[in-house]
Amino acid sequence: MIKARITVTLKNGVLDPQGKAIEHALSGLGFDGVGTVRQGKVFDVELAETDKSKAEADLKAMCDRLLANTVIENYSVTLT
Amino acid sequence: MKSAVVLLPGLNRDRDMIAALTKISGHAPATVWQTDTEIPDVDLIAIPGGFSFGDYLRCGAIAARMPVMRAVAEKAAKGVMVIGVCNGFQILVEAGLLPGALMRNSSLKFVCRQVKLQITNANTMFTRRYQPGQIIRSPVAHHDGNYFADAETLARVEGEGQVVFRYAEGTNPNGSINDIAGIINEQGNVLGLMPHPENLIETAHGGSDGRALFEGALGIAA
Repeated sequence: MIKARITVTLKNGVLDPQGKAIEHALSGLGFDGVGTVRQGKVFDVELAETDKSKAEADLKAMCDRLLANTVIENYSVTLT
Repeated sequence: MKSAVVLLPGLNRDRDMIAALTKISGHAPATVWQTDTEIPDVDLIAIPGGFSFGDYLRCGAIAARMPVMRAVAEKAAKGVMVIGVCNGFQILVEAGLLPGALMRNSSLKFVCRQVKLQITNANTMFTRRYQPGQIIRSPVAHHDGNYFADAETLARVEGEGQVVFRYAEGTNPNGSINDIAGIINEQGNVLGLMPHPENLIETAHGGSDGRALFEGALGIAA
């Protein structure tokens, strides 16, 4: 079995109002010097596949077809 | 003219859409469920608003991958008219039938109010009963209506006249780029918009500004 972690983040230049709100909340808690905060998503996926390169190809296809909206998001796949 | 309404778990404006189509066309629309792989022979397919699949992952993302949406895409490729309202618009962009994406409102708040819409393209099947530049009223109710497209896509959409509705008179409720409220595909048969024209079709609604959209699409005299 292969385990993987997929991270989905907003592309540069895409406005992230939720990240902005979190940024303000951190400042409000007294954390000085917080720069930009961008919110993303993490998916931990378990695969029955044992071939690492095939698993990576499958995981990328999952990102392209469902897990990420590539109009606004980037993704990265890490086998853990 | 015949119509069909797509039903998905979590939609909540399906009855409003069915009522509007029934009142305006005189016939109840067919309904198709998420697992249906075929859609009856109709002229217009409507995807209503709501929160399909609880807005999990991204608004409209799961719904866009259901079997019924493959059937909608096949019909759209054959020239059948498709309208997506609110969550329906989100589903159409997630399905790749319309360009761009719909993001969280810039205010982070759910907005439920009336806005003004300018008809920026009256040369479509859906807007032919309006005057170019005409301003109409329409209700909105959404949390993720903030239209976004990258610069290249935006230039193409604007240049090809694919922006059909724009929020007017400072009523943009969600921060959408260029005040975009609704867009149409290049072929001119798939329309998505965040506002709810189906909720303003008779005097009991407080106005009928949205009625001409359905009359135009269904080819019904006013």
